[in-house]
Amino acid sequence: MKIISNSAKQTRKVGAELGWLAKAGDVILLEGGLGVGKTCLAQGIAHGLGIDGYVISPSFVLLREYQGRLPLYHIDFYRLDRIEEVAYLGLDDYLYGGGVCIVEWAEKGLGMLPGEHLLIKMQHIAPAKRKLAFYPEGPRYEEMLSQLKLTRSVARK
Amino acid sequence: MKILGIESSCDETAAAVVEDGTKILSNIIASQVEIHSRYGGIVPEIASRQHLLSVIPVVEQALSNASVTPDGLSAIAVTNGPGLAGSLLVGVNLAKALALAWDLPLIGINHLEAHIYANWLGEDTPVFPLLALIVSGGHTDLVLMSNHGELLLLGRTRDDAAGEAFDKVARMLELGYPGGPAVERASREGTPRYHLPRAWLKGSDDFSFSGLKTAVVRLAEELGISTMPHPNSVAADIAASFQRSVVDVLVTKTTAAANRHGVKQVLLAGGVAANELLRETVVRRLPTPVLVPDPVLCTDNAAMIASCGYFHLLAGKVAGWDLDVIPGLKLG
Repeated sequence: MKIISNSAKQTRKVGAELGWLAKAGDVILLEGGLGVGKTCLAQGIAHGLGIDGYVISPSFVLLREYQGRLPLYHIDFYRLDRIEEVAYLGLDDYLYGGGVCIVEWAEKGLGMLPGEHLLIKMQHIAPAKRKLAFYPEGPRYEEMLSQLKLTRSVARK
Repeated sequence: MKILGIESSCDETAAAVVEDGTKILSNIIASQVEIHSRYGGIVPEIASRQHLLSVIPVVEQALSNASVTPDGLSAIAVTNGPGLAGSLLVGVNLAKALALAWDLPLIGINHLEAHIYANWLGEDTPVFPLLALIVSGGHTDLVLMSNHGELLLLGRTRDDAAGEAFDKVARMLELGYPGGPAVERASREGTPRYHLPRAWLKGSDDFSFSGLKTAVVRLAEELGISTMPHPNSVAADIAASFQRSVVDVLVTKTTAAANRHGVKQVLLAGGVAANELLRETVVRRLPTPVLVPDPVLCTDNAAMIASCGYFHLLAGKVAGWDLDVIPGLKLG
């Protein structure tokens, strides 16, 4: 499944739809270079989880926690260069905990992350235009994606 | 009154003794920057392990440099948020143990509020009401302070913190870590010839640096930075243009808020407050007097924790033994 977003606002809306559908234990991985809107999508997911206030980039601190309908663990591998560094992070409590995990720059540590997840690859197309490609791994994420399609088709009607 | 301050929220383990909130008797910082520079940033597990190794020697050194024994102290102040949970726990647990053993009041300190108190450690005492701009790797906050303990968060970043944008740009242009000083160094060799966007967010005191970061990415791509040898003059020009854009937004928005609230002073705080261009520009453009801490007090330190702790103690704000770490602690 692919979605073309024409603005940061649209990207946030896709995120919010994912946030509404999210369940405890969900892991959402985001890939794509600097400035493709990963944090923007994460802000939408947080909004969908009912989190008030701003969700800001975790690049500097590597992890920020929020409490909404479910806890949100917003993780960022931007600064990590080798997969062993991901192992040092001690992320298992978050990844296999009772909240929703979003991992930015997941490509830097795919081998250390749960095999079942929703991977979203984001790409810059034009100044405000982005492509979001969805790759579900496992039945939970197949289901999440079909619900997302349904939500979006209902919203269009 | 002498207060022992302990700080371990991020990548520095620090302890200090400050008298009456204003006079530094000792200020010890064991930095992890060298360890982290190999990783291009802060790695939490490494940070907390390193804090454990450093914290007791750092406290001992702070007491001995200040020529103070535990019975000469009035309280122990410690950062309990915001920051990395594992790192914060090292400081908080030691502070609890020492306060219990030495029979001293324990004071939990918000790291962001403490950054403002770096300004009480200089020659001029701040005057209320004041506006504080806290700019660091994790935060960009504009705070109105009408008295000790009376803080109102006027604005904050909606996406990237200013210091984080410096780090990302430094990394993108291969200028080194920590990013702030690296961009500043490169900027001195360059000219701000590129016009980069400024997010004004009119009608709000909030900041946004994500669009600027994205603009730098696109510009660097267009100019083919990755194919050029390093260091090069194009990277220096981009760094200078980026730095100018950040400083322009920070100073313009701070000036507007200062005028609107009729403050008597403006204070800078946080790691980015060490940036020379920011310091010069803010002093030049603001109509009110500006206080800027000594650069060593801009970055994380424990003297600011002890100073802030003194004013909490005067107000009777003492923590119980159930003091917990709050990784997402907010201001105000």
